[in-house]
Amino acid sequence: MKLQGKVLNAGSASGDVLVLDEPLSFWGGYDPETGTIIDQQHPQVGAVMTGKIVVMPGTRGSSGTPGVLGESLRLCTGPAGLVLNKPDINVTAAALVVSTLYDMHCPVVALDETAFRTLHARTPISIEADGSVTQQA
Amino acid sequence: MVQLSEYDERLLSGAEGKAKQLAMQVMLKAAEVSGAPCLIDVSLAHVNSCFYSGEVGVDFAEFLLAEGGTVAVPTLTNVGLIDLLHPELRPEKSNEAAVKGAKRLMAIYEQLGCEVVWTCAPYQLKKRPGLGDQIVGSESNAVAFYNSVLGARTNKYGDFLDICAAVTGRAPLAGLHRDECRRGEILFRLADIPMALRQEDIFYHVLGIVLGWESGSQIPVIDGLPATASEDQLKAISAAGAASGSVSLFHAVGVTPEATTLDDAFQGGKPDRVVDISPQMLIKARDALTNSTAGKLGAVCLGTPHFSYTEFQQLVPLVEGRKVHPEVNFYISTSRFILDQVREKGWLAIIEQAGIRMIVDTCTYFTPVVNGIQGRVMTNSGKWAYYAPGMLKLGVVFGSMQECVESAVRGDVWRDEQLWSGEFWGRAAV
Repeated sequence: MKLQGKVLNAGSASGDVLVLDEPLSFWGGYDPETGTIIDQQHPQVGAVMTGKIVVMPGTRGSSGTPGVLGESLRLCTGPAGLVLNKPDINVTAAALVVSTLYDMHCPVVALDETAFRTLHARTPISIEADGSVTQQA
Repeated sequence: MVQLSEYDERLLSGAEGKAKQLAMQVMLKAAEVSGAPCLIDVSLAHVNSCFYSGEVGVDFAEFLLAEGGTVAVPTLTNVGLIDLLHPELRPEKSNEAAVKGAKRLMAIYEQLGCEVVWTCAPYQLKKRPGLGDQIVGSESNAVAFYNSVLGARTNKYGDFLDICAAVTGRAPLAGLHRDECRRGEILFRLADIPMALRQEDIFYHVLGIVLGWESGSQIPVIDGLPATASEDQLKAISAAGAASGSVSLFHAVGVTPEATTLDDAFQGGKPDRVVDISPQMLIKARDALTNSTAGKLGAVCLGTPHFSYTEFQQLVPLVEGRKVHPEVNFYISTSRFILDQVREKGWLAIIEQAGIRMIVDTCTYFTPVVNGIQGRVMTNSGKWAYYAPGMLKLGVVFGSMQECVESAVRGDVWRDEQLWSGEFWGRAAV
């Protein structure tokens, strides 16, 4: 099915999916060198985001999220794209700065809660520059 | 569509240079994303972008510096990675790129015109914002403290956003800048929690963890804190709640400025949800802050967020005339401003004679790890205990300030049995 989202950072990407059950603090909860979730209290601790379309219910914790996510995108250890369930100015800032400084474009899209819940990890997701998010059922 | 002022337009046009132009583009994007009708002036900023999380931060700062990106409002710096008075604590050989990058970043933020206070607790400085002041906070504990305890208004502006807001002096009129978005949403009641426990400092750290877990992105209101709750105790809630969750504002009835009464906290409305905090919830959060039950005590770390004057006042009688065990490294991180006050008061000599080392400008739970922090580490900070296992891959033991001091002197973890008994936490005696 095809879902229409709000573009937080434009770009297109597709890939296998990683679904996070809880928000994540990139700073303190994610290692930008390896793209791995390290927050011991997070249900997906140990999961690797590199090259994935990450479906996540927003961020939490530290204000260091943009710096860490931005560094991961710069190092190419980061997600290929991000699908959120609400706008997030900090994730947006990371993607915008990386786009500006390095001309590397990680698409970030916000869906509404109901559309967001239909996404899963069984089949790949593709994100288009217009903010549309497509996944086989 | 975001309504732009003449000032916004001028910055966007590039007339004030490329740095101000990019900074305004970032703030405009944040305004669009958060649905703000316009941008507003801010009177102060506290920025976290001076903390090294990778070369991207240095590259961004170099661009701002090269293109005239000086700050437009008083801007305070959060902690950096390096204690500039004791740089040997994180020697370059431990991680050359990070240490070199961190020093360069801290130097740039000074050149951008920031007041280099290097503290995560800027509300402990002499000047601080008042009720209703529109400001820009970044460090999550300070955002929660500024909003909740002082009634100033900010959202959690992370890296890049914080310095762009400082360079433009503008922020989106959205979220916690707006009256209607500061309304309490979840009521947490403490009826089942013994009064004696509510006097203990560690209760506030544990309560913060619970609020973070339970609140999601909603605003919690606590009913049942003693009116005498101190700023240090409210700091504990702010830091722990912003670490385990996303608490950027909490109300405490009869304690915080926007919650003189329960009705004030909900702005005359009704709570979306009511949660009666149980002893089991507190005990679960408390025990989650200790991940190691055996092994040698290697270090004790206090001061996350930075130790305050009143916390030093609490500490001095506990350490006076005593000696930390030679195999334990005891660090306290604080700000230079507080350190000067502690020195003037004569407390610094007492603390250092006990074998305790002071750290400024940074914190002990960042990597590369400060030398001497190994084995099991004990702390009285819920925030430290929350982040350290993931970042430092260490055994962590959470306890009260007194338990931390006693353990440091003995060289092994010591527990105040009464403080950890089930009854004290409200669980019926088994």
